[in-house]
Amino acid sequence: MPSLGADMESGRLVQWLVKPGSVVKKGDVVAVVETHKGAFEIEIFEEGVVSELCAKEGEELPVGAPLARLTRPGEQSVPKAPKAAPEAIPVSVPLAVEVGRAPGTQAAPLASFVQPSSRPRASPAARRRAGELGIDLNTLKGTGFDGSVTLADVELAAAGGAPPKDPSSAAAPATRRRGFDPNEMRLAIAAAMSRSKREIPHYYLASTIDMSRPLAWLESFNRQRKPEERLLPAALLLKATALALREYPQLNGFWEDGRFRPADGVHIGWAISLRGGGLIAPAIHEVDKHSLQSLMGALRDLVGRARSGGIRGSEMMDPTFTVTSVGDRGAESVLGVIYPPQVAIMGFGRVIERPWIVDGQVTARSLIIASLAADHRASDGHLGGLFLSAVDRFLQEPEGL
Amino acid sequence: MKELAANASTNRMTYREACRQAIREALIDDPRTLLMGEDVGLYGGCYAVSKGLLAEFGPQRIRDTPLAEATFVGAGIGAAMAGLRPIVEIMTCNFSLLALDQIMNNAATIPHMSGGQFAVPLVIRMATGAGRQLAAQHSHSLEGWFAHIPGLKVLAPGTIEDARFMLKAALADPNPVIIFEHIVLYNAEGDLDPDVTSVDIAKARIRRHGRDISILTYGNSLPKSLAAAEVLAAEGIEAEVVDLRVLRPLDNATLFESVARTRRCIVVDEGWKSGSISAEIAARLSEDQFFELDAPIRRICSREIPVPYAAHMEEAALPQTPQIVDAARSLVKPR
Repeated sequence: MPSLGADMESGRLVQWLVKPGSVVKKGDVVAVVETHKGAFEIEIFEEGVVSELCAKEGEELPVGAPLARLTRPGEQSVPKAPKAAPEAIPVSVPLAVEVGRAPGTQAAPLASFVQPSSRPRASPAARRRAGELGIDLNTLKGTGFDGSVTLADVELAAAGGAPPKDPSSAAAPATRRRGFDPNEMRLAIAAAMSRSKREIPHYYLASTIDMSRPLAWLESFNRQRKPEERLLPAALLLKATALALREYPQLNGFWEDGRFRPADGVHIGWAISLRGGGLIAPAIHEVDKHSLQSLMGALRDLVGRARSGGIRGSEMMDPTFTVTSVGDRGAESVLGVIYPPQVAIMGFGRVIERPWIVDGQVTARSLIIASLAADHRASDGHLGGLFLSAVDRFLQEPEGL
Repeated sequence: MKELAANASTNRMTYREACRQAIREALIDDPRTLLMGEDVGLYGGCYAVSKGLLAEFGPQRIRDTPLAEATFVGAGIGAAMAGLRPIVEIMTCNFSLLALDQIMNNAATIPHMSGGQFAVPLVIRMATGAGRQLAAQHSHSLEGWFAHIPGLKVLAPGTIEDARFMLKAALADPNPVIIFEHIVLYNAEGDLDPDVTSVDIAKARIRRHGRDISILTYGNSLPKSLAAAEVLAAEGIEAEVVDLRVLRPLDNATLFESVARTRRCIVVDEGWKSGSISAEIAARLSEDQFFELDAPIRRICSREIPVPYAAHMEEAALPQTPQIVDAARSLVKPR
């Protein structure tokens, strides 16, 4: 079960789109999974043949649980567990016996002889950190040596994204309905935003950008085109943001394990409010490499699918930065809350007509208030200011976008 | 002359040659220095380390001794107390047990027993380790035993550079110092940094940096650990390899810093596991760095058997690269 966002704890397998024997390659949609954010198509990241479906349709599974087994090309299909375990030789076997052992057999690892205890297995570092954060180790699923809880597991849990040990311990109400549930989404948003405000020391910057020039350019661009080919200001804002992120990669990435990890590409999460209430911010991949027209197409497609269902798992997992734009009916400015583990969010208010001074003359101009909320652990305000200036600079040369 | 010219033109040499040059330099630099031991003179040393030195420095300074370890080590202690700077070679550490009384009860204790009136500036060199099919009486790694004894310094050069320069630092030390030269490393070849003319005998050294796991090791397990780190790097596991170099006193600071950073640790030691230097290191880490650890400490040591003669058995008895790789894989989740 893939994690379709830091706040996802479990998901329901709605539908299999493959069966045992199906040949799959990277990127194929193999299943539909439903979370409190809606139904998502799940892509596979490996190539091979589906050898076994482990999860049944309708089953609710914690993040990390196996959905299916895959045989890679050239590999023998994985046999079922052996009936007996002849290789379970005592650990203190003399060397002569070990050397003479039949090829292909192996001594059982030492760890498997350790009896499970009721005390959760956790590393000392994990235990200390859990104590500091007030986290109950019993609720965590360990990913470390022999299933032990590691420091990283604790920190992930503190960040609100840990896979719980068992789905019944998850916060989801027992009476959960199938399909999109606004209450569930409310809980998910609550968890992610609480984590953000609890953990991330935000700093906020805002700049007023004169949109007269880009909007005039947009108008002349659109005038010659059919309605479905026309651009919305959102495309300009997104592209300018992506190009500015390329100049300031310190804002494009993740805060993980106490340090910043820059992202490999500019995948901007675009905040979309849903008709039933709530919002999601799936990624548009490689925004900086799109032309304005292909970006507009991607944006239309994304918003359409977000509202009708059919967002891909990778789109939920990949955002490296978020843009929230209130559109033409929204507020004058918006100060965003960072979606962890990202380190920044850009906010665009509504375009407003205001008196503005240009070349010493007061004149009416179209303005937009652009804001940046960024994680002060990962960057400082000076850099944020330069980033906002870069967004402005790119917007002033719309033909270059 | 021929050798001097060769030395000037190249910095590439074997570990054996590095040991030889170190002795030669000491003999040239300080007239109080002499080398003695079994077969060091006419035969040129059991591992050919002292080849040619008798001809160059004469029998007064390159002294063949009887096969009587307690006697010639005792003579070395006396010579050191009386003002010379002897280098005593014990053919292999397996034979050093005959001289253990001299080493422990005299060399290590006389400075203490005399209230500091006598220093014992003695250097003992011994060959150690297995891997050349010399069987159980010539293949053991006993450096961990000597590292148990207060009053001694115990060195384990694992690189050409340390083989070349540790002796100078050992001779400059007023305490008895034992240098364990690994028999497999004698043929190892490497380049010396021309800018390095001395090394310390106090610090462990990080030979490869990594963030995921610390491999603490020394001697011939060092190249095996570096090879393991190479394999692991290809899988996305960045292993740090720390060369202990000095087994007594252990450089806690460097070891602790590394493990506190990576939070995982494997100790690779060619000695037997029970009561080994690896046991000491694991104990210190759990005493002082317990809360930094994110996985159990693992040790890879020799099988607890007399080292076998047969090549495949000997190989199976010693720590090997695949074991190090497997242990690291079990402790670190690849990113």
